[in-house]
Amino acid sequence: MLSETEIKINKLQKKILVILLLLCLITPVGIMLPAYFNAGDAWGEWSAQTVKELVGYVPAGLAKYSDIWKAPLPDYDAKKADRSIIHKSGYYIVSGILGATISYIVMFLISKLIVRNGK
Amino acid sequence: MHIPDGYLSPQTYIPLFGVFISAAAIAIKKVKNEVSARNIPYLGMAAAFSFIIMMFNLPVPGGTTGHAVGSAVIAIIFGPWAAMLAVSVALIIQALIFGDGGITAIGANCFNMAVFMPFTAYYIFKLFSKNTSGKSRVSFAAFISGYLSLVMAAILTAGELGIQPLIASTPDGKALYCPYDLSIAVPAMAIEHMLLFGIVEGIITAIIVNYFLKTEPTLIYAFRNRDKNK
Repeated sequence: MLSETEIKINKLQKKILVILLLLCLITPVGIMLPAYFNAGDAWGEWSAQTVKELVGYVPAGLAKYSDIWKAPLPDYDAKKADRSIIHKSGYYIVSGILGATISYIVMFLISKLIVRNGK
Repeated sequence: MHIPDGYLSPQTYIPLFGVFISAAAIAIKKVKNEVSARNIPYLGMAAAFSFIIMMFNLPVPGGTTGHAVGSAVIAIIFGPWAAMLAVSVALIIQALIFGDGGITAIGANCFNMAVFMPFTAYYIFKLFSKNTSGKSRVSFAAFISGYLSLVMAAILTAGELGIQPLIASTPDGKALYCPYDLSIAVPAMAIEHMLLFGIVEGIITAIIVNYFLKTEPTLIYAFRNRDKNK
């Protein structure tokens, strides 16, 4: 039954989508502010190298598992040679739009699959 | 608050995977009947919102960074079960595609930010909003809900990290996973979330809940459910 119900985007939802897109475009604030205030990694999210600098050794389990997964876009960045803030910001925005779009589609499809309340 | 790979021992992350998967199974059953089909786009937007809001890293000057999660506002407006699924989707995509949060820690990160946090936020909101829908009361309750739920989720995360030296160390006292114990992890995570990130989560929660209260009050799950229970 539900699959035949057309799901329409209403006015408020259109407005939210526009706001989400605008938020994506200003995400570089999330890398510029920490750079400006000289703030580093989040607590407990350091690389193995940084842990070594902090406590003097790399815990054996951390060394073993820290590189277990190779994410396609680590740190919302393409890790290209050009490290300027402009390039990083560009990749950050693209990552934001990409990640938000995938999140939207996946959650939409999961909901469509499970929701059985046609109201 | 995204625990990376290598910080949690298998004795920690495997049980948390179990808890998360059980919670998600219940959430699927709940969302099945609680959410109406015409609100499905909102849930997609909630997942996207959570993804984006976590990209806004805020600095503790000269120190660490952190961010809001969005779980509180999603739980108040769409219910804690729907929030659980939406935030989990965002967290899993962050881990798989962007390496933010470990693969082995997906269960732990989802448990902290997508299970514990929305439920804490939802019940704190219910407690403080006291069945009124007056603007200032709702704003206050929404702020407290966002603030406390993020701080408590941060302390929970610190707890998981801080027990690692107790669980897994070499005979000569070197940690195998997270090297900091509870006495360091808990204050560090609690203070930065109390002083900065929690306030931001609270403000975001209050602004958005207020907006929905003004434009689409019937949508708000925390109020809808209240009337149904009477």
